[in-house]
Amino acid sequence: MINVFINGLDVSVEEDTTVLEAARFMGFPIPTLCHKDGLSPYGACRLCVVEIGEGAKAKIVSSCTYPAEEGLKVRTASSRVIRARKMILELLLASCPQSKTIQDLAAAHEVRQQRFRQEHEDCILCGLCVRMCEEQMMAKAIGFRGRGENRSIGTPFDIKSEVCRLCGACMYICPACQLRCTFIEPERAICGGCANLTPPCIEKEKFDDMMCYMEPCVACEIKKD
Amino acid sequence: MERLKSIDNFKALQERLIADRDLTIPTIVIPAGTCGQASGANDLIRITKRELLAREMTEEIHLRITGCHGFCEMEPSILIEPRETFYPKAGLNNMVKIIKAVARGEVLEDLLFVDPGTGELVEKKNEIPFFKNQVRTLLSRNERIDPIRIYNYIENRGYSALARVLAHRSPEWVVKEIKASGLRGRGGAGFPTGVKWELLANQPDGRGKLLICNADEGDPGAYMDRSVLEGNPHSIIEGMIIGAYATGATEGVIYVRNEYPLAIKHLIIALRQARELGLLGEDILGTRFSFDINLVRGAGAFVCGEETALIQSIEGKMGEPRQRPPFPVEKGIDGKPTAINNVETWANIPVIIERGASEFAKIGTKNNSGTKIFSLVGKIKNTGLVEVPMGITIVEIVNGIGGGPVDKAKIKAVQTGGPSGGCIPAKMFDLPVDYESLTEAGSIMGSGGMIVMDENTCMVDVAKYFMNFLKDESCGKCFPCRKGTQRMYEILDDISKDKGTLAHLELLEELAHAVKDTAMCGLGQTAPNPVLCTLRYFHDEYMEHIENNQCPAGVCKELITYSINENCTGCLLCLQACPEEAISGKKKERHVIDPDKCIKCGACKSICNFDAVDVM
Repeated sequence: MINVFINGLDVSVEEDTTVLEAARFMGFPIPTLCHKDGLSPYGACRLCVVEIGEGAKAKIVSSCTYPAEEGLKVRTASSRVIRARKMILELLLASCPQSKTIQDLAAAHEVRQQRFRQEHEDCILCGLCVRMCEEQMMAKAIGFRGRGENRSIGTPFDIKSEVCRLCGACMYICPACQLRCTFIEPERAICGGCANLTPPCIEKEKFDDMMCYMEPCVACEIKKD
Repeated sequence: MERLKSIDNFKALQERLIADRDLTIPTIVIPAGTCGQASGANDLIRITKRELLAREMTEEIHLRITGCHGFCEMEPSILIEPRETFYPKAGLNNMVKIIKAVARGEVLEDLLFVDPGTGELVEKKNEIPFFKNQVRTLLSRNERIDPIRIYNYIENRGYSALARVLAHRSPEWVVKEIKASGLRGRGGAGFPTGVKWELLANQPDGRGKLLICNADEGDPGAYMDRSVLEGNPHSIIEGMIIGAYATGATEGVIYVRNEYPLAIKHLIIALRQARELGLLGEDILGTRFSFDINLVRGAGAFVCGEETALIQSIEGKMGEPRQRPPFPVEKGIDGKPTAINNVETWANIPVIIERGASEFAKIGTKNNSGTKIFSLVGKIKNTGLVEVPMGITIVEIVNGIGGGPVDKAKIKAVQTGGPSGGCIPAKMFDLPVDYESLTEAGSIMGSGGMIVMDENTCMVDVAKYFMNFLKDESCGKCFPCRKGTQRMYEILDDISKDKGTLAHLELLEELAHAVKDTAMCGLGQTAPNPVLCTLRYFHDEYMEHIENNQCPAGVCKELITYSINENCTGCLLCLQACPEEAISGKKKERHVIDPDKCIKCGACKSICNFDAVDVM
C-alpha cells in the first residue's frame, strides 16, 4: 500500500493506482475528457492536471497517467491548476463549441467566453475512439495520422477497413460531438466505408445476418430508393 | 585490417602508428564538412590531388581531408601543417599557387587572413582571435583527424581511453570518474551524466540495457553535433563503448536525423571499421565484453529529438512523447532500461577518461565543467562553430570571438536554445553562459544554437518565426501544445499585420503560461519561451506594433512604408529594379514610390548606392 497526500488528506492506495483514481476515490472532483475507465490512460486533453511537490519544485502533471508514489503531495485545485484548466477549456470552446460535453465542463469551471478566433472542428483528437476500437473492440481499425495541424483520425490510407465491424463504439464514446460520422461527407467518415463507394452494409443482400449499430448512419436506408 | 585480439595488440598498433608518422612533412588540411563542401572544398580537394599526382609530390606533401574546423565564415579554407598557416576563403584559381608555395616552404602573404580590427596579416591559425579565444577541446581534433580512416584516429590517441577503461576492469570506477568530472548533458537539459549512468548501472540486467546517442539535432541554426558526427565519428563510438562498459549496456543505437547524409555516411564507415578491428561487437579486444551499435535514421520530425518520442520512433511507432515517470532509465526501448545522451556528451567521455576527471573539471565553473560548442550564427562577423569554457560571458563570445556586428547596425539580442529558448538583450551580455544563469534570464542553454540579432531584426517577427516552426513540429498529441502553438502563432501574426490589440498581449501571456504548465513534453513546455522572453525584454517593440502601428526594425510588411529621401540622385536604378513599377521619376530628379503599388520587397533598397531608400 502506498501513502499519498491529496489536498492535505492522507490516502492509502494500492500499487499501480494513478493519482486520478486516488483523488476520485476520496471524492475530489477532477475534470477529464480523454479518460475513460476501462481504457488505457492517454494524457492528451490535460484537463486532469494537478500540482505535485512543493515550493520551487512543484510541477504540473496529468493525474490520469501519473502513478501514486510514496509520500507524494498532490493538490487538485490550486490556483495554478485552476488557471490552467480554464485556459484549456477556453481553447476547447474555441475549437469545438458545439459539443455538449465541452460546454458543460466550461460552465462547471465558470468559463463563459473564449477570446480566440472561433473554429468549428468536430474532432479534438482525444483518442478515445482509437483506444476504444483497439482495446475494447479488439479491431484496431482506426488510428492517428499526421502531425500538429494535420493530425487526424481515420483508417490507414483512408481505405475501407476490413476489420471494422460497424459496431459504432467510436461514435458512442466520442465526447466532441454526437454526430461524429455522417456518411455524406467522406472527410468525417470513420470506417472509410462511404469514401469507397460500396460499404458492405449497402450490399444488404449479401449480408443478411449483419446487424448494424451505426446510428445515425442509415446509409443503407437512404440508398434503398 | 587485421582484428586486434587484445589490449596489448591495440597498444602495439597505436605505438607503431605514432612512431611511423613524420610530423615534419608538410600537410595540406582541407576541411570538408557539409559547410566546406557547400562552399567549394570538393573542387579544392580535386585540384590538390591532381596537382600532387601530376608533380609526383605525394610523398613530400600530404593531403588530409577532415570535417568542419568551425570557422565557417571563411570556408573554403586551407590549413598547412606543421606551420599552422591558415588561408581563408581559398579560391580555386589560387590552389596551384598554394601548392607550389607549400613545396617551397613559403607563405603567400596576399592570401593570409587580415584582422579586421588592426588590418594586420595573421599567418598562424592559433593567433587569429576567432581561434585564439576559444578552448577547442573537441573541435581541435577535427583538424587532425580524417574521419573515414580509423588508423588516423588511433594515431591521434583515439581509443586509448577505451583501452584504459578495459585494462582498469572496474565499471564502478568509470561511473565515479564521470560523476567527478561534473559533465552535464549537452543536449540542453543539463542532467548530470554520471548520475544518469549510475541510475542505469543500478537497473537489473534482466533483458538487457541500451544506450542511445541522440543525433537528431533539430534546432534551426544549430549544427554543432553535425560537425562532430561528420568530423570525428569515432569519438562518439568510443564514448558509447566506454558507457556500455560502465553501465552494463548490451546494445547501442545512434539515432541520426536523415537530413545529415554526410554524417550518416561517415558513421556507417566508422562503425564498420571499428567492428573490423575488434573494437566494437563481440569480445572487444579479447576482454569478453560485447557491445554493438545500430544506426537508426530519423524521418524528419523535430519532436523526435525528445527522448520518449525518439524511443517510440526507434520502436517503429509514431514519434509521440509519453509522460514520465516511468523514465527511460527504468523503461526505455521495448521496456528495457535505456540511457540517452547527446552527441557532444558522448564525445566528451574519451576526453574525461584520458585527461582524468579533475583535469576536465578545471575548465568551466563550479557546477558547469568542461567546454560547450556553440553555433554562432546571424548578424555577426565570424559565423561558425565556437567551443568555449562554460561560464564565459556572452560579450566575450560575441565580440572576442564573433568579431562584433556584421555592419553598422548594433547588436540587439542573442537567441540561445533555439525554439525552446529565449532572447537575451544586449544590456545583459555580461551574463555568464551556464545552465543556471541562462534559465534564470528566461532562456535555456539548449543544444547550443546562438543566433545574433541586430537592430534590423523585429522581435515580434522572431517570436512569430519560432512559433510557426513549433506549430508545424508539434506532434499534436496533447491539446494545449497543438492548439496553444496554433493560437499563439495566430495572435503574433495578427500583431505583425497591424491587427494587434492590447487585449491580445494579455491573452498571449496568459496562454503562454497555461501551455508552459500543461504541455506533456519538453517541446510544448518550452514552446512559449520565445514569446515570454521577447515580451519580457522587448515589450516596447510589441507596443510599437500595437499602439503606434509601426515596426521599428522595418520587417513586418503591413506596418512599414518604403520612401525615398533627399539622398536620391535620380539614377533610375530602383525604378528599373522595382517588380511592380511602383517607382516614378525622371533622370536626375528625386524618385517617388507609390505606396499603393509597393509590395515592400526591398529590391530598391538593396540596389540603391546612395542610401536613399528609407524603411519606416
